[in-house]
Amino acid sequence: MNPAWSVILLTTLIGAGQGLFLALYALEVGAAAGVLGAPGRMFYVTGAALSLVLLAAGLFASFFHLGHPARAWRSAAKWRTSWLSREAIVLPAFIGCVFVYGGAHHLPTGERSSLWIGAAASVLCLALFVCTAMIYACVKFLQEWHTTLTPLNYFLLGTASGFTLAASLAALAAPGASTALVLAALALGALAYLGRLAALRRNARLRPISTLATAIGIKHPRITQIAQGFMGGSFNTREFFHGRPREIVRAVRWSFLVLVFPLPALLLACGGGSVPVLVAAFLVQYAGLLAERWYFFAEANHPQNLYYQAIS
Amino acid sequence: MHAMPAAEVKTTTCYMCACRCGIRVHLQDGKVRYIDGNPDHPLNQGVICAKGASGIMKQYSPARLTRPLRRRAGAERGAGEFEPISWDEAFEMLEARLAKIRATDPKKFALFTGRDQMQALTGMFARQFGTPNYAAHGGFCSVNMAAGMIYTIGGSFWEFGGPDLERAKLFVMIGTAEDHHSNPLKIAISKFKRRGGRFISVNPVRTGYSAIADEWVPIRPGTDGALLLAIIHEIISLGLYDREFLARYTNAGHLVIVDQDSDRHGLIATDEDSDPLNPEYPQNQLWWDRLSGLALLSHTEGADPALFGEYRLRDGTRVKPSFQLLAERVEPCTAEWAADITGVPAATIRRLAHEVGITARDETIELPIAWTDCWGREHESVTGRPVAFHAMRGLAAHSNGFHTTRALGILMSLLGTIDRPGGFRHKAPFPRAIPPSAKPPKGPRDVKPGTPLAGLVLGWPGSPEDLFVDDAGGPVRIDKAFSWEYPLSVHGLMHNVIANAWRGDPYPIDTLMIFMANMAWNSSMNTLEVRKMLNDRNADGEHKIPFIVVCDAFQSEMTAFADLILPDTTYLERHDAMSLLDRPISEFDGPVDSVRVPVVPPTGECKPFQEVLIELAGRLKLPAFTQADGSRKFRDYPDFIVNYETEPGSGIGFLAGWRGKDGAKSMLGEPNPRQWEMYAANNCVFHHRLPPSYQYMRNWNRGYMEWAQRVRMRRYGDPILVHLYSEVLQRFRLAAQGKWPGRQPPESLRARVEKYFDPLPFWYAPLEMQATDASAYPLAAITQRPMAMYHSWDSQNAWLRQIHTHNYLFVNPATARAQGVEDGGWIWVESQWGQVRCMARYSEAVEPGTVWTWNAIGKSPGAWNLAPEANEARRGFLLNHLISDALPDGTSNSDPVTGQAGWYDVRVRIRPAAADEAKNAWPEFQALRLYPGMQTVR
Amino acid sequence: MTQLALVIDLNVCVGCHACVTSCKEWNDAGSAGPLTDQNAYAKDPTGTFFNRVQTFEVGEFPDTQTVHFPKSCLHCEDPPCVPVCPTGASYKRAEDGIVLVDYDKCIGCKYCAWACPYGVREMDQQQKVMTKCTLCVDRIYDSLLPERDRKPACVMACPTNARLFGDIHDPDSEVSVAIREQGGYALMPEWGTHPANHYLPRRKTGFRIDPDELKRVDNPLKVDGKLPKPPTDAPALDDVTSW
Repeated sequence: MNPAWSVILLTTLIGAGQGLFLALYALEVGAAAGVLGAPGRMFYVTGAALSLVLLAAGLFASFFHLGHPARAWRSAAKWRTSWLSREAIVLPAFIGCVFVYGGAHHLPTGERSSLWIGAAASVLCLALFVCTAMIYACVKFLQEWHTTLTPLNYFLLGTASGFTLAASLAALAAPGASTALVLAALALGALAYLGRLAALRRNARLRPISTLATAIGIKHPRITQIAQGFMGGSFNTREFFHGRPREIVRAVRWSFLVLVFPLPALLLACGGGSVPVLVAAFLVQYAGLLAERWYFFAEANHPQNLYYQAIS
Repeated sequence: MHAMPAAEVKTTTCYMCACRCGIRVHLQDGKVRYIDGNPDHPLNQGVICAKGASGIMKQYSPARLTRPLRRRAGAERGAGEFEPISWDEAFEMLEARLAKIRATDPKKFALFTGRDQMQALTGMFARQFGTPNYAAHGGFCSVNMAAGMIYTIGGSFWEFGGPDLERAKLFVMIGTAEDHHSNPLKIAISKFKRRGGRFISVNPVRTGYSAIADEWVPIRPGTDGALLLAIIHEIISLGLYDREFLARYTNAGHLVIVDQDSDRHGLIATDEDSDPLNPEYPQNQLWWDRLSGLALLSHTEGADPALFGEYRLRDGTRVKPSFQLLAERVEPCTAEWAADITGVPAATIRRLAHEVGITARDETIELPIAWTDCWGREHESVTGRPVAFHAMRGLAAHSNGFHTTRALGILMSLLGTIDRPGGFRHKAPFPRAIPPSAKPPKGPRDVKPGTPLAGLVLGWPGSPEDLFVDDAGGPVRIDKAFSWEYPLSVHGLMHNVIANAWRGDPYPIDTLMIFMANMAWNSSMNTLEVRKMLNDRNADGEHKIPFIVVCDAFQSEMTAFADLILPDTTYLERHDAMSLLDRPISEFDGPVDSVRVPVVPPTGECKPFQEVLIELAGRLKLPAFTQADGSRKFRDYPDFIVNYETEPGSGIGFLAGWRGKDGAKSMLGEPNPRQWEMYAANNCVFHHRLPPSYQYMRNWNRGYMEWAQRVRMRRYGDPILVHLYSEVLQRFRLAAQGKWPGRQPPESLRARVEKYFDPLPFWYAPLEMQATDASAYPLAAITQRPMAMYHSWDSQNAWLRQIHTHNYLFVNPATARAQGVEDGGWIWVESQWGQVRCMARYSEAVEPGTVWTWNAIGKSPGAWNLAPEANEARRGFLLNHLISDALPDGTSNSDPVTGQAGWYDVRVRIRPAAADEAKNAWPEFQALRLYPGMQTVR
Repeated sequence: MTQLALVIDLNVCVGCHACVTSCKEWNDAGSAGPLTDQNAYAKDPTGTFFNRVQTFEVGEFPDTQTVHFPKSCLHCEDPPCVPVCPTGASYKRAEDGIVLVDYDKCIGCKYCAWACPYGVREMDQQQKVMTKCTLCVDRIYDSLLPERDRKPACVMACPTNARLFGDIHDPDSEVSVAIREQGGYALMPEWGTHPANHYLPRRKTGFRIDPDELKRVDNPLKVDGKLPKPPTDAPALDDVTSW
């Protein structure tokens, strides 16, 4: 596929926003259970606000993907069949919930309800991870995506980046929670890394189910395209293939393999609670996620490309 | 559901290629909404091709010229700097210039036309003007196919005739033939295949129709003649020929004088005591009657000619049946011999011969149609031999194409497939006599100031006396047509005109008028030099070709070199007649002619070229266009078409349908003032269906011949025997040998004429191949015409150019790898004449000794109003840059018999371009500018 | 239930692109239009087409097949492009099985195109909506058109009649018979999309020659004495046998 920045930003930003929210709520639950020390109210409020910013930015980016953004409201119509439609419902609902959650923390009277609101938001958050990832995972002939690793990794990568962000936020606003968050971020990052490596390994071993022989229905081991019917490009050549040389794709993969976990892990582990180091860890990880997401799209080989291999 | 139903539907005839399909133009608010095929049209039966369906984009193309333009004073030709002028100014300029030429030396005016579908009018204009210097593009298109066949069977492919696929069982297509008669052929091939017919394609390249062939026989370009001779060898040695057909309907049994010392050597023996009936086509030729053992007049009732043997006439003259001579000719042409030349395995050649022979013999068709032959014998049925062939440019565009085409005509005749069901069928006005009776002028005295040319501008020489040469045997025409260099150049040699005029050889001209031909680009060989010639000047600063007029509807590479540009209309804006006087669209079952009528008004100041000619003819007072009192005879082109008669009261005009005062007559009849309306009301087409008994065996069909004479389609009713042996060619050979009592070639050409005017077909390597070091240039390079493009014409078409935006050189991967050429890589292609840089594409569908590309995709930057950086200019290329118009010895790169341009003969080599070289096509050209009156879209 | 479809006969398709431009021409000004072009007269011209003809080479020289392959929306019976559409703009008509896009509902998210394995949907650069073959739904039911013209533009145009059109659920229809009798197949059956459009494979007509067909009693060479009996004085068994 040809990675679209709108979609890359959407999925990474909301992933971080979702992860950040989950970190906040995990802390709150932990504190309520007495396992962790309770951070101050402003930590939750700031965190929720930051999560909202990320979610809103993601949503905003998504509009650039649409030919007719003004009609975006229509996308809620087909929630019975379309994961995209479901995402379009769940994302605003989740945003609303996070807003209420932050508000609950902001209002002196809200703290009693915040656990319940947070629980609802968490359900929506998880649903959102599923919806977003299933948009891709449900397309069965996009073999690279059609795996449970896709929702798993969307969840883990988003959560890891959110926890890293939460850790830096905690270093600033709730130093007591910082260590736990750093540890959680490291653990989630490690899991996400393993999950992503597993996906890479799986995809490297994929054998395309569709071939030129099934695409044109001629059983012969040697079929070569000579002409695709046009020469100046079309939607088919622009949308479904990144058009970058293999070296670039490989470089992107290596960069995200370094940036998504090892480097931020190093920063997290050695940062010693320093705010700039933890912020840097998040930024590095997010940059890694941009590369990861670019690669996620670029790696997916759409069977329609079988029909668009040569011009003459 | 209704989608904006078009307000109005008008029928007319397409002109997106030469096919001339019937179309329906659907209009909305006076603009074209869409165009589709006319289901009631006999030619295309409702279908339409990619080009036809894109006509709307041509109508509204930004490359359209809309105003008469004059080259700006001081601007170089080719720079494309023009200023608009009025039509009045343009006509005054032309009138003054042409009147002066006509009054002094009319041959200094040359009119050459390209994709012209009104040659009857353009040719008539030239003749009336008095210049012999006229031809259309046939000389570089397919004259070998026309001449080779017409001199053999009295008809040819495409407009002249074609394969009867409705009844054929085996169809053999040889060489590129997609671009002629395309939609009808597509319809026919599809039905043929669906009926289970077997389709064999012989072609170096497997594309186009060859793609759906049941068998592809890859062959080296220019070697088809060898293949055909080997098949003939096999057919004769196995006895797979139709003896009955050969004996009665060809000159197989005619006795040829075999006496090297005699002046009559090689001529057909005649009985001088018998009445030749028609001295032009004598009927008193002799057979050796194998039953009585006597030499008898051919077609003597009860006689049967011997086809083999050697005999002596009563006066001692040694004679052999021409079939014997043919058998002797092909004796050494074994399958093994041909395999070496063609690259086709000997076993395949034999099998092909067996397939065609056995199918023709064993799958005989008998149609219960009674007919009478020219000798009075009544036949109860029409016999068919269901083997059909088709060939066009693939055979024609080689300098050995005439003899190759003759070989094909002979093979078709051996199988007994001429004008028979399932074989080859003629289309009216064919068959014509061999050769047809129209003759070119005879010498310089036929060109006189202020006088129409004596003789037709183009004709069919039957002997040296019909050549158009001066007393020294030199050419009279600027293109040297009908001279000893190319005696049978029946379509002229448009490809020689610019170089000859530039050289002043045989003489300089004053005004060159070009209609619809891109001579500064894809319609010239040696394009770079031609472009220089067009702008070259004498020492005095005057251009070597002093005045160039180009009439075209579109801005092109050629228009840039004009001094005066006349903006033509598109096909949707004008009247046209596809006339029986010209090249009609007849069907197998009878004559068909058709018209175009305007469906939208002309754009800007565009004026149809016909109107330009009628106007000029009136102003110049050309006799056929002028009343006795000196006033103008025809108001405009429609008026001319309706009222013109070949001779006063002849009843023969441009259109055969709805003649007579009330439109009740056809073929012959007085002018009908409402003829255009009647055509328009009848799908713009007139179709005269012959009775079944006149539809077959027309060369020898008395009923048909009498009908054809009555409607004045033919002068004579004599049978047209197939010329297995061409006495016509032998006459020229005798002249070259000094044995002909009349004209003889100049010394320098004797050997050439003697060699190539062989009365029997033979294969020789194309002239360019002979003149090329095969080890240095091991590959043949050819072009194919893409089905979605018509010449250079469609790069301006927003839809069609998306399909072919630039072109690659297709190379067999084995050949490419041997040269280190990568798929998609930039390469140099070099011939001994020039080089181009282009991109390569691997293809398994081309034989390893051949490379090919699509024709005329490459464009000069800015031409056709494309942006200078358009892919056509940056990545597209022309093969023409590699092809020479002349051979190393200075003679034209043309067939020595017909002058057909040998543009399929070029030999090349390929090598990868260096990594640091520019990634664009070479040669590069300066970008053309927008002319006044053109739309800005860039 | 009706399922309209095209059946494309690769056995007769010569790759002329008539279906490509006739489709463009009808639909450009039809209810599915405009099908816009970009860089129409400049570098890399591109535009929206519902139908393309591609060329493939199968095998190696000299056993090469050149296959022209027209491709447009296959109007799948189980179209993956429909359920993924978040707005319902992409839909399959119950009455005739045509898969269509309601431009007014389309938000241009391209998800349907991603969900189509065949690459037959094209986002129009100017309209900003997803476009695709409509089987000329604005022709085939148009009672203002003569009956014989109520067919998709590509079917009307195709010079080799390589495009058959009809109801594949009607077992007696021309298309059903063709699929059944000529080995009609679907593209990428592995995805269970059940394309309504089918393709008919190449069919080869061969030729067999029995040796005796080359030796016939009516060989015309005999008439001219070219297959003579050996001379009577040539050696024969009679010269040596006495029993």
